[in-house]
Amino acid sequence: MIKHLLSSADLSRDAAINLLDIAETMAGVNDREIKKLPTLRGKTVVNLFFEDSTRTRISFELAAKRLSADVINFSAKGSSVSKGESLKDTAQTLEAMGADGVVIRHPASGAAYTLAHSGWINGAIVNAGDGTHEHPTQALLDAFTIRRRLHGLSATGKSLDGIKVAIVGDVLHSRVARSNLLLLNTLGAEVHLVAPPTLLPADASGWNAQIHYNLDEMLQQVKPDAVMMLRVQLERMNAAYFPSEREYARVWGFNADRLALLGAKSLLMHPGPMNRGLEISAAAADSPNSTVLEQVSNGVSIRMAVLYNLLSGERSIDNV
Amino acid sequence: MVARTVLTSDDIDRAVTRIAHEIIEANHGTENLVLLGIPTRGVVLASRIAEVIARNQPDFSPSNSIGRLDITMYRDDLAANPTRAVTETIEPDQGIDGRVVVLVDDVLYSGRTIRAALDALSDLGRPKVVRLAVLVDRGHRELPIRADFVGKNLPTSREERIQVKLVEVDGENGVVIES
Repeated sequence: MIKHLLSSADLSRDAAINLLDIAETMAGVNDREIKKLPTLRGKTVVNLFFEDSTRTRISFELAAKRLSADVINFSAKGSSVSKGESLKDTAQTLEAMGADGVVIRHPASGAAYTLAHSGWINGAIVNAGDGTHEHPTQALLDAFTIRRRLHGLSATGKSLDGIKVAIVGDVLHSRVARSNLLLLNTLGAEVHLVAPPTLLPADASGWNAQIHYNLDEMLQQVKPDAVMMLRVQLERMNAAYFPSEREYARVWGFNADRLALLGAKSLLMHPGPMNRGLEISAAAADSPNSTVLEQVSNGVSIRMAVLYNLLSGERSIDNV
Repeated sequence: MVARTVLTSDDIDRAVTRIAHEIIEANHGTENLVLLGIPTRGVVLASRIAEVIARNQPDFSPSNSIGRLDITMYRDDLAANPTRAVTETIEPDQGIDGRVVVLVDDVLYSGRTIRAALDALSDLGRPKVVRLAVLVDRGHRELPIRADFVGKNLPTSREERIQVKLVEVDGENGVVIES
C-alpha cells in the first residue's frame, strides 16, 4: 500500500485498477440519497493550496466530507504565506495541529515530494498539482471516465488495454499530460501526443507515446477512442510559443469540423477550466462526445477512493 | 493445529433449508422480503436461502429480493488494520424502504460486523424491520446483538478459529473448527 500519492508512477497496474474499482463503489455512494460514509470520522484533511483552483479544491473538499473527515481549507492568499512564511513552517504548523492528510497544490514542481520526504509532517500527502510536473488524481479520474464510458456497468476490474488516447495541446506546461501519459501507459492504453513543436518538451523520446504535428491527420489516421484537450496555460508562458490565439484556435483547437472526424462513441475530454474558443469551441465542448462534466463528478469518486486508500489503514510513525 | 469438521455439506444444506422456512414463517409469506448478504460468504448463503424460498413460494422473485451489503466503510476497526478492499453494494430493484430486510452472514461472533451493517443499512434507506440470519453463532458477543435465525449454535473458545467453507467461494462445503 502506498503512503502518499505524489505521481502516477507511484501506482502499479494492480494498484491503479484497484483505485478505479473503489471509485466505482464510491460513485454508487454519490448516487444515493444519503451521500455520506463514516469511514474517515475523526481524521483531518488539510487542503493546502498555493495556487488558484476551483474544481480540484472543491472536489477534494467534497470527497473528504463525504467520508466524514474534517476539512481545513488553506489558500496562500490571506494566510501567513503572504507574510513570507516558508513551506516548512506552514507544514510544521499543520503537523502540530494534527493533520492526517495534506492535499497540496503548489506552483513549484516537486513541492509535494519535498513535503512527503522532508520529515516536517507525518500525514499522507496527496499531490493535487505541482508546477508543470504532475497531477495524479486528474489522471485517475480521466482513466475512470474513459473506462466508464467505454465499458459501462461492466467496468469493474478492467484495464484500458488497447484503447487509443490522444492528448492535444500545451503538453509542455501540462502536469495533466504527464500524469495521464504515465497512468495510461500503466493501464495499457496507447498514447498519442499532438502539439505544435514549441509546446512539446525539447526531448520527448523517452516518453512512451507517438508524437504528431497535425491534429486532422491524427484524427483520421489513429481514430482515437478519447481525445484530451489541454488548457493553454497562458499564465506559465513567458515567451511566444505560438503566433496568435486565433491561429492556435484554427490549427489546434477542437471545433465543429474536427468533431465530425471523431467517432460517435469517442470521448472529448478537457480537465477544465476551458478556454472556450481557444483550444475547444463551444460546439465541441457542449457536444454529446464531451465528458467535461462527467469528469468533474467522477473526480469526487476518485478522490474519495484515494483518501480512503491513504487514510483509512494504520500508519506507521516512521514516514520518511 | 487440530481441525474438526462440525458441519458437513449436507448439514449446511439442511440448516439453510430450515432457515429459509423459518424466515417465511416469521414473515407470514414472502411479501416485502429482502435478503441482504454480507460479503463474502453471506452473499452466497443469501442466494442459497433465496433458492429454497423460490422453490416453495412461486410468487417469490429472487431478482427483486436479494442484494449484497458491503460494510467495509462502516467498520469500527479501520484505523487498526491495513486498508481493506471494498466491494460493491447491490440493492434490490425496489430498494429497501418499508421492506423486511434479513441480513445474512456466515458467522456471528463479536457482533461488530452486524453493527456496521446496521449503520450501512440506515444510509441506504429505512426498512420496516431488520432481522439477522447466520449459519453459525459462536458466542462471545461484544455488543447487544442477537440472531433471529441460526443454523447452528457452536460454543467455542476465543482461541479457536471457525472456518465456513462454501463451494462457490472455497471449492468445498463444510464448517471446521481449528484449535
